Amino acid sequence: MDKTATFPADSVGLVTTQFYTFAEPPQELALALESGRSLGPITLAYETYGQLNEARDNAVLVLHALSGDAHVAGYHTPEDRAPGWWDVLIGPGKALDTNRYFVICSNVIGGCQGSTGPGSINPATGEPYGLTFPVVTIRDMVNAQRALVDYLGIEVLYAVVGGSMGGMQVLEWAISYPERVRLALPLATTARLSPQAIAFDEVGRQAIMADPDWRGGNYYGRTLPVQGLSIARMIGHITYLSDASMHQKFGRRLQDKAEYGYDFVTDFQVESYLRHQGGSFVKRFDANSYLYISKAMDYFDPAREAGSLAAAFAPARAKFLVVSFSSDWLFPPYQSREIVKALRRNDREVVYTEIASDYGHDAFLLEAEQLGRLVSGFLASGDTGD
Amino acid sequence: MGTTQPNATTPAGPPRGCPASDFRFLVDLIEPGSRVLDLGCGDGDLLAELIRRKQVHAEGVELSEACIQACVAQGLTNIHHGDLDEGLGDRADQSVDYVLLTNTLQVLHRPRPLLEEMARVGKQCVITLPNFAHWSARLQLGLLGRMPKNRRLPYEWYDTPNIHLTTLADFRDLGARAGLLIRREIPLRTGPDGQARRVRFLPNLRAEAVIFVLEKARR
Repeated sequence: MDKTATFPADSVGLVTTQFYTFAEPPQELALALESGRSLGPITLAYETYGQLNEARDNAVLVLHALSGDAHVAGYHTPEDRAPGWWDVLIGPGKALDTNRYFVICSNVIGGCQGSTGPGSINPATGEPYGLTFPVVTIRDMVNAQRALVDYLGIEVLYAVVGGSMGGMQVLEWAISYPERVRLALPLATTARLSPQAIAFDEVGRQAIMADPDWRGGNYYGRTLPVQGLSIARMIGHITYLSDASMHQKFGRRLQDKAEYGYDFVTDFQVESYLRHQGGSFVKRFDANSYLYISKAMDYFDPAREAGSLAAAFAPARAKFLVVSFSSDWLFPPYQSREIVKALRRNDREVVYTEIASDYGHDAFLLEAEQLGRLVSGFLASGDTGD
Repeated sequence: MGTTQPNATTPAGPPRGCPASDFRFLVDLIEPGSRVLDLGCGDGDLLAELIRRKQVHAEGVELSEACIQACVAQGLTNIHHGDLDEGLGDRADQSVDYVLLTNTLQVLHRPRPLLEEMARVGKQCVITLPNFAHWSARLQLGLLGRMPKNRRLPYEWYDTPNIHLTTLADFRDLGARAGLLIRREIPLRTGPDGQARRVRFLPNLRAEAVIFVLEKARR
């Protein structure tokens, strides 16, 4: 890994995405999925930073949200304008200190950033899966990550950390593999989506499926359903902001004009922002992956099977840091408090904080200072990782 | 880490938990290895001391984000963000050995319901209070006609978190009304060396602060 002087001193520097393929029939069993179907072969795109220590007990697994990927820190080329999506928290001396911890992040299955998803070629047909790709769940994502963690030779993860859908994976790790997680950090997350959040996901999916270019999911190699995906992303971004953050960020200011246009071209800055977000998203994200991953979030509900959330957490053994953000109306603080309550019923040690923030759901990516202090303090409370 | 900056969400000058000079009296009250819930645990210094000296199973509730960060920075991993005026919620009856409320009762909007909650959840309640009937407070109010200020009541009247000040004698009455038995009462004054000392004579006049140990009266 080459650290050139052009990167900030607290950056992990130049990084490369790696790939691990497993569950390759006929030599290996395909991964059994929660739906009853199975998937294989599976490729996971992943990145690592820092060094795995001799005891192999300093690994921190970072789990990404809906549109995230394995590139969580550092730069892929010296020309990269922006670092990985959580670079503020990961690097030498940062909250996830790569001088101490071996940080891993992989793209989820169902994704489109190097891991196997609906846009991947189905080896059985030689064609992209499209909608023949099996529906995957948060648990399936975690089971695939477990294979990667095994491959890396890590028996116990020092910590698992993630925000939003990443936080759901944290909860699933703590429930499914209790003996393999020491510290669990579910941030800005929920143990189940509210009907309101499912509703927004469904509007996003309907926008994609209503795009004539979507063609039942068989659009690979043709015109992509960019309109639908872009609208889905615009809806998403509304839910990631808050009333207050929209006031601060845009107000009612007009975009590049002093007067109303009396037409349907962009007037307001907020319109321009959403269009920009939608427009840039379609260049890096696959519409079918949006369908699959948003569905995985909707299905996530560990309490459903166990009878109650407290019963679902009964196997968990980790210590928890649960963080919510005051203006997050997508995964509101009350949902984090439900997690805390259920963990407490099981006598688990939990630190819970609601960080006062106007940034809405996006706060987990933006409130780096407050979050960083909590995360680094909490990580230091464990008995290894030195 | 370990130091925290006040942030915008922290109310002006809250009493950050218990003065360290009281710790030895509080530590003496706690059985080794017991379960302790500290309400308004501040920076977590008392809980950290109880873990060191009595190996307690420690849990804290705190309203200030900055304080929670400080708790986490000193290795406390069982700290909940919560508003004591909203009660103790889902906690089971008699589920902890000691519920502590040090130097905090006077800032609550509704002290009595919390007292009742504490007695429900804890086998014993340990409460410390500044004593508004201390002679210095009486002098300032009675003779000088001024709102009292002293070591335990350091705030200006217009900028104080204290909204329910009480006296040793008045608190006894509330305890009785709330169905609590006072098991122990430790009136404290500050010695010349800055350490807390026990007051044995005329406590309502001479104590700057009081530690009460209470439990639910058996019916």
